[in-house]
Amino acid sequence: MDIPKDRFYTKTHEWALPEGDTVLVGITDYAQDALGDVVYVELPEVGRKVEKGEAVAVVESVKTASDIYAPVAGEVVEVNLALEKTPELINQDPYGEGWIFRLRPLDLGDLDDLLDAEGYQEALESEA
Amino acid sequence: MKRTPLYEAHLRLGGRMVEFAGYALPLQYTSIVEEHLAVRQGAGLFDVSHMGEFWIRGEEALAFLQWATANDAARLKVGRAQYSMLPNERGGVVDDIYLYRLGEAEYLMVVNAANIAKDFAHLEALAAGFRVELEDASERTALLALQGPQAESLLQELTEADLSQKKKNDVFRAQVAGRPALLARTGYTGEDGFEIFLAPEDAEAVFVALVERGAKPAGLGARDTLRLEAGFPLYGHELTEATNPLCTPWAWVVKKEKAFFGKEAMLASPCREKVVGLVLETGIPREGYPVLSGEAPVGRVTSGGYSPLLEKGIALAYVEEGAEGPFFVEVRGRRVQASLSPLPFVPLK
Repeated sequence: MDIPKDRFYTKTHEWALPEGDTVLVGITDYAQDALGDVVYVELPEVGRKVEKGEAVAVVESVKTASDIYAPVAGEVVEVNLALEKTPELINQDPYGEGWIFRLRPLDLGDLDDLLDAEGYQEALESEA
Repeated sequence: MKRTPLYEAHLRLGGRMVEFAGYALPLQYTSIVEEHLAVRQGAGLFDVSHMGEFWIRGEEALAFLQWATANDAARLKVGRAQYSMLPNERGGVVDDIYLYRLGEAEYLMVVNAANIAKDFAHLEALAAGFRVELEDASERTALLALQGPQAESLLQELTEADLSQKKKNDVFRAQVAGRPALLARTGYTGEDGFEIFLAPEDAEAVFVALVERGAKPAGLGARDTLRLEAGFPLYGHELTEATNPLCTPWAWVVKKEKAFFGKEAMLASPCREKVVGLVLETGIPREGYPVLSGEAPVGRVTSGGYSPLLEKGIALAYVEEGAEGPFFVEVRGRRVQASLSPLPFVPLK
């Protein structure tokens, strides 16, 4: 499983990549593989204020629907509209073109509470 | 969890195993969408060894089957098969089945895996008074389903039988890859194809031979999306012990002109609900989601999912008799417009 070292992770399989005063959010390679073919993504509204751990988006595969949680509290400032037409980007490029939404965190320091790549790897191993 | 004779082969092929009706079976090998499209465009291969097989033999086999099943078994010639149902005493459905006639007084009934014990007990109870022998051969029978437009040409390379002479619902004995098999031109995907009954020890050799010639292994995920697109019912979803089949799109199975167990109750029970096909504007409907007419709840999704061919969410749903559209499906709190679709959702072969 590919786990890039440049970003943070949650135990619920989201990644958060800091970019300036915002963070990009998507799901991990492990998560997309477990879901299988992604066929629909329900994106949040831009401007929505979210709490840490709040269900923000829904990723649907052929077999199941899965909530995507906010890794930190903040405001949704952008969503990946490309996923409306090509949800399979999440399978093809989960850490790049398949990003889901961009948050402006209330406090960037909250990212420190998340897992790093090594911590996420360990979490996956203990789950398995 | 029980294993089919192909368990090891599934693991070697990268099958993602899940529990289904007590068996470990592959949900998918590569991708449900890929496997689905392989069946629609080429050839896909399913392990359906979990299904149940009963042999029914004896002087009064036909009379017994006429009583136990809703379709007209007398119309079956030797070497032919038909879709049918086992009605219960209330006119509901014990199971939906496939019935194959192999000889003058020799029939094979294929039943749903989850219902094997229930069905066999039901048939044994009904068999009292008939000169008939019932045999549950489920544990001794492996079953493969080769489905898709290339199924015939692919299978022809492995058998001496002239498949071009075999029509839909024909059943016959032949060798496949050198192993004795019972073949039927039947399936559950809406495509042309063959179901291949084998001894458990022969299953892997035939499965591997078909894969080597280009059949794509396909799992339970694709089996379900294919049958949904084809508008076929799944027992426990569209059909249950409480379902009157006369109130469903599969009412054609029931032949009212003959006598059968549960007939009077079936004819007497009114239709309060009907089955409809729905195509959603957006999103994926799942089993149990409410169906609304305007704002009013009028039904529920019994089978829902993504159609790889239509690239939309589709559903079979029960709605109140008389309920009128436009219909909506409540998808996690959102009302999504759903248009009525004739069944099947896609053209059948």
